[in-house]
Amino acid sequence: MSYCKQEGKDRVIFVTEEDHNGPTEVSLPQDDETPAGLIQPDGDINWACPCLGGMATGPCGVEFREAFTCFHYSTADPKGSDCLEPFRQMSDCMAQYPNVYGNKEDKEEENAELAKEMSTNGEQTEQVSVKA
Amino acid sequence: MFILFVSQGESTEQSTTPTQETLLEVPPVVESSPVVESPPVVESPPVVETPPVVESSPVVETPPVVESSPVVENIPEADSSPVVKSPPETENPPTVESPPSVESPPVVESPPVDESSPINEESPVVKVESPPIESEVTETLEVPTAEPPTPEEPTQPVVVTPVEGPPQESTPAAETVTLTASSKQSPEVVTHVPYLIVGAGTTSVAAFRAIKARDAKAKVLIVSAEGENPYMRPPLSKELWYTDEKEAAKTLRFKQWNGKERSIYFEHEEYYTPLPELSTRENGGISVLKGRTVVKVDAHKKRVYMDDGTEVTYDKCLLATGGRPKTLAVFERAGSEVTDKVTLFRSVADFQQLHEVAGKGGHITIIGGGFLGSELACALGYKTKSTKGSVTQVYPEYGNMAKVLPEYLSRWTTDKVKSEGVDIITHSTVKDVTTTPDGKLKLSFDTGKEIKTDHVVLAVGLEPNVELATTSGLEVDENHGGFRVNAELEARSNLWVAGDAACFYDIKLGRRRVEHHDHAIVSGRLAGENMTGAGKPYWHQSMFWSDLGPEVGYEAIGIVDASLPTVGVFAKATAKDTPKAVVEATGESLRSETEQIADPSPPMYHSSSPHSPQTGEDYGKGVVFYLRDNVVVGIVLWNVFNRMPIARKIIKDGKSYDDLNEVAKLFSLHSE
Repeated sequence: MSYCKQEGKDRVIFVTEEDHNGPTEVSLPQDDETPAGLIQPDGDINWACPCLGGMATGPCGVEFREAFTCFHYSTADPKGSDCLEPFRQMSDCMAQYPNVYGNKEDKEEENAELAKEMSTNGEQTEQVSVKA
Repeated sequence: MFILFVSQGESTEQSTTPTQETLLEVPPVVESSPVVESPPVVESPPVVETPPVVESSPVVETPPVVESSPVVENIPEADSSPVVKSPPETENPPTVESPPSVESPPVVESPPVDESSPINEESPVVKVESPPIESEVTETLEVPTAEPPTPEEPTQPVVVTPVEGPPQESTPAAETVTLTASSKQSPEVVTHVPYLIVGAGTTSVAAFRAIKARDAKAKVLIVSAEGENPYMRPPLSKELWYTDEKEAAKTLRFKQWNGKERSIYFEHEEYYTPLPELSTRENGGISVLKGRTVVKVDAHKKRVYMDDGTEVTYDKCLLATGGRPKTLAVFERAGSEVTDKVTLFRSVADFQQLHEVAGKGGHITIIGGGFLGSELACALGYKTKSTKGSVTQVYPEYGNMAKVLPEYLSRWTTDKVKSEGVDIITHSTVKDVTTTPDGKLKLSFDTGKEIKTDHVVLAVGLEPNVELATTSGLEVDENHGGFRVNAELEARSNLWVAGDAACFYDIKLGRRRVEHHDHAIVSGRLAGENMTGAGKPYWHQSMFWSDLGPEVGYEAIGIVDASLPTVGVFAKATAKDTPKAVVEATGESLRSETEQIADPSPPMYHSSSPHSPQTGEDYGKGVVFYLRDNVVVGIVLWNVFNRMPIARKIIKDGKSYDDLNEVAKLFSLHSE
């Protein structure tokens, strides 16, 4: 069973699982902090969506947006087949930033390995590649 | 590399939910989480639309994507961003939807529509029924597998990094570049910028991301007095100390509690636009001016003055000047023979210095019992296990975090810190510090006690950097310190302040100033939005977290002040209720982010076999409500994770409750 104690201004309640089994009498208001998804209710693209992970704001953000916008609104069949040019521009741009758009983990591993190699000076036998 | 745009009917809702609030922190690189788009209903349900494809310069695409597929489905890794993913459907050849794990480089890839016939690397082909563009693709192919040390990675082939000549060279030295390649630019290049950010911390990053999201071609100049690209500070007193890599202090890469590595730098050096190019880049960019300090702002003329005499005009300006560690008078008046052995902990350089000192295995004394002091005490306590050193923590209060936690939790925490190998001296203030003949420091306390130590860390609070107030006619808040701004974080027209240095009006909780990482994110983002015309008030409560090593941690929101009355509701903790476990489960070490990754809705209670009521006073796991005028204004989630959205709602609701135990039920303390 739960029990309480009061320590000065602080009250402490210890509860068991059974104590909290029932439904709560408290209800919270609906969240008006509407989660911002990628596509807004009006169909527009939300470029601030965290799901884009910075794609829309990085050095190729503009190119990314153009390609993605083209695709999103494409009515071609197959969808997006009319978007080759913006896609090409996007990938051309990304190619200029391998450290930003490249495979980060691999880069990191390389760096880590490099550091290891430098510190162990030579014997780089086994830890060469560890993939998470 | 691939980018996969898939459009599909349903799934939008669920998939985006966990990511709701912006994941600002996400290390930039979306390491190509496959970007999937799922427009509501519009598109035909039939599966994956073929995105237009283009191959990146080097064409990509190696069919054997075997191993990566599972990853994609998963919750993104820490380093990555949440991915909006629509469940791949049937006919997709596996290749299509498994852009190699979240980590992989973005690739524009054409899901072979008809069949999964692999695209031959040698002959770049766009496998779409639309006009191929192979002719345009002439660049050489570069398969990363061929890159240096990872020969036996069979998985790699999937990833074809488009690497072209020059950039590649910088790859191995990438981190070093980030660290050292500074201050070569000449600042004179820029005389006007649309967006100017004074300060290069977390606030600044959140702001420029918000600006760029709303103004795609924005040109942003960041002034970094510290001379560093923006980096995150929490790991400096947390994970970096628990990373056993010898090089950690140099590479500034740390292992999250879940073992995954990341850098403290938000973005790679390459992300930023070289200063001389900023004004001419058609698509804008973000540049960092290093080693300069803004000494005056003329808000009316929209002009700032640098310490080297240069001037820059702006359209919109954000002051994100942060703060610096406070010191104590007794140390301030000491000579350099003393101050050489004292660290005021704040920056990367401070971390590196202390890390070096700790490595020598001497005795370190930490002055201060708050967040930083307590985290560092635990960190150094851990460190001494391998260095034979020792750590003492000294503070005037009765226990650790006594200004924040109710007394019983403060005492509990103190015991925890002690168990980490830290010697604690409570109720003590340093009265005098002198050097001893053997090159140590002697600290004398008001209790009469004296100790000898090799090094002192002062963790006695933060002083907001508001020097600009006097030179620029800006208002400083008398009670909280910091530049006084309104609910939209605006100090003057076209001039905003965010982060540690902002004393803002919280429309729910009143005037405040907050010194936490997540507040830097939340307020920086808000400032960025308002700099691009949003006109929004501060409405999303920031949270904060503190981990005392991998095993004990808490998250909090609102006004968490130990002088307020509290009601705590506790249940028995299990092995899953630790910071380590939550990071392992969500992959995110910046815990302001885990709430967006983990499913915030508590599961329905489960009825496991009944067990006897526990009666011990075990503070393993619980929720503490802080009350002001009987209204809940602050909440601490003690070893309870991923419930912050619920706590945020309660704060926002601003009601008084008769029975907080009922409210506590919302947190499902007994479920995992």
